[in-house]
Amino acid sequence: MTEPRQPTDWTAAEVHRRTRRRYAAERRFRLTGLAAVWLSAGFLAFLLASMLWQGTSGFRETRIALPIDVAQANLAVTPAQVKGRGADLALAGAGLEAAVDRAATRAYGSNGAALLSDGAWLAVRDAIKRDPTLLDRRATLAVPVASAIDVAAKHDGNPDAEAQVARLQARGVLSTGWSRGFLTTADATDPTRVGIWGALKGSLLTMAVTIGLAFPIGVLAALYLEEYAPRNRWTDLIEVSINNLAAVPSIIFGLLGLAVFLGTFHLPRSAPLVGGLTLALMTMPVIVIAGRNAIKAVPPSVRDAALAVGASPVQVVFDHVLPLALPGILTGTIIGMARALGETAPLLMIGMRAFIAAPPSRLTDPATVLPVQIFLWSDEVDRGFVEKTSAAIIVLLVVLLAMNGLAIYFRNRFETRW
Amino acid sequence: MSNLAIVFVVFGLALIGWLAARMRAATFRKPGVARFTALPVHYGYFVGICALVPPLIFLAVWSLTAPALVTDAVIATPAAAALPPPGFERASILSEARALAAGRSHGAFHDLSATLAPAYAAAQARYDGIATAVALLLACVCGALAFTRVRPAFAARTQVERVVMLLLLAASLIAILTTVGIVASLLYESARFFGIVPIGDFLFGTHWSPQVISPSDPGASLGAVPLFWGTFFIGAVIAMAVAIPFGLMSAIYLTQYAHPATRRWMKPVLEMLAGVPTVVYGYFAALTVAPAVRQLGVALGIANASSESALAAGAVMGIMIIPFVSSMADDSIAAVPASMRDGSLAMGATQSETIRRVILPAALPGVVGGILLAVSRAIGETMIVVMAASGVATLTANPFASTTTVTKQIVDLLTGEAEFDSAKTLAAFALGLTLFVITLALNIVALTVVKRYREAYD
Amino acid sequence: MTPKISARDVSVFYGAKQAIDHVSIDVDQDNVLAFIGPSGCGKSTFLRTLNRMNDTVASARVSGEILLDGEDIYASGMDVVQLRARVGMVFQKPNPFPKSIYENVAYGPRIHGLATARADLDALVEQSLRRAGLWDEVKDRLTDSGTALSGGQQQRLCIARAIAVDPEVILMDEPCSALDPIATAKIEELIHELKGRYAIVIVTHNMQQAARVSQQTAFFHLGQLVEFGRTGDIFTNPREERTRDYITGRYG
Repeated sequence: MTEPRQPTDWTAAEVHRRTRRRYAAERRFRLTGLAAVWLSAGFLAFLLASMLWQGTSGFRETRIALPIDVAQANLAVTPAQVKGRGADLALAGAGLEAAVDRAATRAYGSNGAALLSDGAWLAVRDAIKRDPTLLDRRATLAVPVASAIDVAAKHDGNPDAEAQVARLQARGVLSTGWSRGFLTTADATDPTRVGIWGALKGSLLTMAVTIGLAFPIGVLAALYLEEYAPRNRWTDLIEVSINNLAAVPSIIFGLLGLAVFLGTFHLPRSAPLVGGLTLALMTMPVIVIAGRNAIKAVPPSVRDAALAVGASPVQVVFDHVLPLALPGILTGTIIGMARALGETAPLLMIGMRAFIAAPPSRLTDPATVLPVQIFLWSDEVDRGFVEKTSAAIIVLLVVLLAMNGLAIYFRNRFETRW
Repeated sequence: MSNLAIVFVVFGLALIGWLAARMRAATFRKPGVARFTALPVHYGYFVGICALVPPLIFLAVWSLTAPALVTDAVIATPAAAALPPPGFERASILSEARALAAGRSHGAFHDLSATLAPAYAAAQARYDGIATAVALLLACVCGALAFTRVRPAFAARTQVERVVMLLLLAASLIAILTTVGIVASLLYESARFFGIVPIGDFLFGTHWSPQVISPSDPGASLGAVPLFWGTFFIGAVIAMAVAIPFGLMSAIYLTQYAHPATRRWMKPVLEMLAGVPTVVYGYFAALTVAPAVRQLGVALGIANASSESALAAGAVMGIMIIPFVSSMADDSIAAVPASMRDGSLAMGATQSETIRRVILPAALPGVVGGILLAVSRAIGETMIVVMAASGVATLTANPFASTTTVTKQIVDLLTGEAEFDSAKTLAAFALGLTLFVITLALNIVALTVVKRYREAYD
Repeated sequence: MTPKISARDVSVFYGAKQAIDHVSIDVDQDNVLAFIGPSGCGKSTFLRTLNRMNDTVASARVSGEILLDGEDIYASGMDVVQLRARVGMVFQKPNPFPKSIYENVAYGPRIHGLATARADLDALVEQSLRRAGLWDEVKDRLTDSGTALSGGQQQRLCIARAIAVDPEVILMDEPCSALDPIATAKIEELIHELKGRYAIVIVTHNMQQAARVSQQTAFFHLGQLVEFGRTGDIFTNPREERTRDYITGRYG
């Protein structure tokens, strides 16, 4: 026989202590959760802030005042030649680069030319093109400085360069301004001359191929699987393939592109065409899965209604289901494209890591893309590349942010709730 | 005519067929006859498709075979007798001549190219002429044949819709083709690799240094165990040690405690972590985290603390994976029936007791499945380790020491001037195959676990 | 008089489960025929076999024959699309397309090429909406979305949409079950007006409604056709005990 249980005394001190302990544990648990959320968000904030911190100076350049007398330099060029098309060639051939170096030596001593960026004479050339009267007068132009001086002026450079900057600043000849070249030129060996336009254009061409293939194929495949496919082994096989492809590491697609597009079909290396094909294979499953979800969300009553007035299965889908599912499909497509745009590894496999100094103009030209350009610059030893890498990251993140914003806009603007 | 121009003309012919068939079908309409099997526009599409598809197929096949035919014709000319025997020089002369003939370049390195260029131009013009004639003839004949079938009784809509269905089927078969392409290319190249290096040496060897491969015993320096260990150590141990606590606790806080308004904007903020490109994480890891980790290691008295440590790469990878773990955990927790939670709360359990004793155990299979998916994502991740991990393969469990991974080695092996057929490049495909098999297995297991779990509460 | 639709020995299976068991029934040209019976008795399933809407269910299989004007609609040469234009259907829940009112009605005529000129189409839309008794309510807002109408108006829009392709038979699957009594009365009134122009088959679980709108009634139970006859006879003097039990509310 057990004794009858005594009723619990809920007012006992022991119970109170225990309750207090339990509440303390509750508070600790809750705070741990809050800390996890804030720390995760903090990582993101830190990441973005450090890119902004390092990158904004990449959009600017340090300039030095360069007194130059073009008339005295005896350039073999006439004012007529610097207008219109052949101007770049005419000025380059006329020995402008040497003239600029001489002007620097005259103004800043024997190693004056080393103060200037390799691209300084291009700034002079553009100034002459804008104002041909410079050809026959004296002027003082602000031209970009060499990378070491640029780094020393913006951050901490090596002691030598720091000393030079201090001297130049005392003379009041240094100034800063937005770097015109960064958004308009392509890769270069000198960090003061690099630009991201080449990589951005490569990305645009690659994405054009990707969306041109992945979107129609993805949408048609989604329509087939969701609306027409008979339940059989073939259909199961297609579904399993698509779900697995969506989870295959991206680098495997790079190996596929290398072995098939380059190895078997002998398509050109480093070309946006091959990059786009590879990324299309990677993006297609994402579009299929998003497309199927959007198509599934269209209520069956719409299909019944169309069938009952005598629409054929093809008419039902193309007149009713597809238009209603399109906003959802587009949202999924944009998200898939954003992923493809940020993708690096598969493109390294197919050789889009080459040094490309001219923006590509065709799908078969050698090209690089924005994320690969970031990767390439991050490997450079020259300190001047650090801010350029971060600046390129800022550009990439801004493009991605815009794409995601567009996706959210589509979702909110066109999504129908059934 | 260039191929593009022919395609344009063929499209034009198809358009004419489309219009003609439409107009003809419109005359079938008699007052009193109420129903038709097809609209005029369907007849139009039928004729248009018939005029378009055969020439396009012909042109596609032709563009693959024509260059070889043109080259053969050039080699048959007397001027080509001076060509060197087959080899690199011969190929480069021929490609120069082709570029000259097409007007793509103006100067040639070889003199012979210039003499061959006219022959190239002539052969090209002849074959282009044939292609144009055949394509246009096909378009006209097929279009005309289709046009004769435009009669009231002909079910044009059914025919057109059959083509549409074929198109849809073909689009979905691309997925299978891609899978087959991946498996076939990985298997083929790996088979060649295992022809050089015994599979046992590769899978169980503990020494990896592809820079120096001894021709007599290539397997001795291609043992992948250190890579497998490094991949596991960085992706499944260090990254998960960061991602699981942060991801899981974030999901718990956001689903169970946070105000709905907070949740609404906090969730997308966390998901942004997954949207940042991996190359950015890699740069962040290499530039900011790795030096900090090294200093920490030195401060802790670890002598060999590396600036390419496993910890730096793994920790940053873990941060990237946080939203992945958190959204999987979120789904699993949401699937636990509210009645379970209410039952626990009604007994006087605190919320954290309910979460730890009731909700989490019930959601565990889903959470575990999600973590497996996250691991598969982490071990396939490339850019972070390429930029922040070391290239030297060492078997170590010291997170401050340098470690390498499978994906990092694939990138390293395929970079540079190596021959495509060497053991070194082929090894990349063998590594790729291993990676593919492991991630596939993880995904299948994870999805099965998650699916079972969902069914349990449905 | 030959029946418009004549079903002979029709059985329907969903996989291994038999939903309809050897049903034979005739649909007359100028009558309203009501199908009644408890939920799950197969009346809706049978209705959907009459214009082959069951084809959309992959596992469904139909045996026996259904003749429309003497032509077997399950014969291999039958164009399902044309069949559904001739045998229209109105569903339980109003399901207008998420398009304008005008486009809802015009869609059918467009895909069937019933009107080519814009003026013809306008006239056809107006005529259909008039016949569905909706014209006066919507003539000023034809470009508004069909889904913005009230439930009863939506259902009449669906009827207008069915009428617009000029069908011979209209199938109605519990058309009033989602509507309030006033909207129901309007639909019933509409059915009266449409009778004679179209053969109408209506499925209903509301016996008063069957009694009000139909001339003939068929009682289904567990997939079988229990009794079929003039509506007055069925309700006042059923031959079968099961019919009597159902009508007097013993089960349902």
